[in-house]
Amino acid sequence: MSVILKTEKLRVEFKSREFRQQPKVALRGLDLEVGTGEIFGFLGPNGAGKTTTINVLLGFVQPTSGAAALFGIDVRQPIARQRIGYLPEMTYYYKFLSAEELLRFYTKIFGLSRSETDKRIENLLKLVELEHASKRQIKTYSKGMQQRVGLAQALINNPDLLILDEPTSGLDPVGRMKVREIIQRLKNEGKTVFFASHELGEVETVCDRVAIISEGELKAIGRVSEIVAQHPSLEKAFLEVIGYKPQPA
Amino acid sequence: MRTIFALAGVVIKELYRRKDFYVLFILTIVICVVMASVNIYNDNEIIRYIKALCLLLIWISSLVIAITTTARQIPAEREQRTLLPLLAKPLTRTQLIFGKFLGCWLACGLVLVCFYAFFGVLAASREHAWPLLHYFQAAFLHWMVLGVVIAMTLLGSLVFAAPSSNSTICFVLVAMILCVGRYLDEVALKMHEPLRSLVYVLYFAIPHLEWAFGMRDLIVHDWPLIGWNFVGLATLYLLAYVSIFLVAACLVFRRKAVN
Repeated sequence: MSVILKTEKLRVEFKSREFRQQPKVALRGLDLEVGTGEIFGFLGPNGAGKTTTINVLLGFVQPTSGAAALFGIDVRQPIARQRIGYLPEMTYYYKFLSAEELLRFYTKIFGLSRSETDKRIENLLKLVELEHASKRQIKTYSKGMQQRVGLAQALINNPDLLILDEPTSGLDPVGRMKVREIIQRLKNEGKTVFFASHELGEVETVCDRVAIISEGELKAIGRVSEIVAQHPSLEKAFLEVIGYKPQPA
Repeated sequence: MRTIFALAGVVIKELYRRKDFYVLFILTIVICVVMASVNIYNDNEIIRYIKALCLLLIWISSLVIAITTTARQIPAEREQRTLLPLLAKPLTRTQLIFGKFLGCWLACGLVLVCFYAFFGVLAASREHAWPLLHYFQAAFLHWMVLGVVIAMTLLGSLVFAAPSSNSTICFVLVAMILCVGRYLDEVALKMHEPLRSLVYVLYFAIPHLEWAFGMRDLIVHDWPLIGWNFVGLATLYLLAYVSIFLVAACLVFRRKAVN
């Protein structure tokens, strides 16, 4: 299994805007490796550094030190993003476009041919069950439908690596189930999915391996079955790893 | 280029699916038609005043559309987080800036076509003449001026956090350039050093858009066409400012955090 995503001693510091304040350290020497075909869960409490890691991988944030690579290419090169799909947390797409127009716009960025574009848009709209609403403007969509448009745009280039940041946040149980089914289908197709989430039950069901980070440090990494074997559930394991002490009643 | 045109296409779609343009266009038509329907003081030359008013409204409307459309582009992408999936694609920030600029500029070009077509019909209804080359010169230089304004506003949208503050600053700057830009050298002459040098530097640094604004007189008073070599030089002068603002915008955006 070849390594598709790699970070080495990744450190990110954000300078404080206050005079003489210490910089805020978001990541402290993070080492990660994700192999081809894996569904990798990236867990951590709020402010742990999950989104910062994703932002570094996508070239949105420059690391203070260390390195990050996708497919062996430095993430600062735009070409590193040619074979990835990304679904950010809680994104609103261009409301004045329809789902079909939005997907067509993204295919132009990837330089797809017209026939390939038509075929791919048709397949994706079917996959995310939005064929019936493809001509409607996105502003008329429900939250779940918007999230599925997001998933479709993340898959528009038929990516080898999919980076999902809280893909089910704010969705109802049916919406969550639909997103989970799509991830499962991608797994069956041999895609690699890097998946940041708070939904531990979902991670337990879908992921092959997980990493748990807290305060910018990697606290645990391994197969879900190995982590769960030592604890009653992934939730208990997660709480123990991040050092949470329950308050006495 | 395909990426830049794709980005520009989205900006154009946004413009014609929003109400801003239609409101300003209808308002201009209503004001001009009402003015044209009455003959105040029985003046036979009233059409000149109507033409001057109509061109002034076209300038104001086009500046409002150019500045407000451009000012919201990148801040709205950041606020609604559409910038994230966009920059996660194999797209450079420079391409994004150029795409946004081209989109706003082409959209304003379409707006000008509509406005000048209406102006032509209005003027022809009274004068029974179609000085198309005059209209072309005026509209073309008007469009070039909008290019400078759009590039400047795009740079402003990366410097100022709120689109409203950026729009206000750009409006004030453009209004000052149009109204007092040409007199700055005369003002400088009446000043003492070091203020005199400072005002002179300002006079030579600002983009002089006022002469293109003065092109209205060409149409209003039926003056002869200006030389095409002058139009070419003016275009180069304005494109130089467009380039300066765009390069500055790219440099600022490269260092900007997107989240």
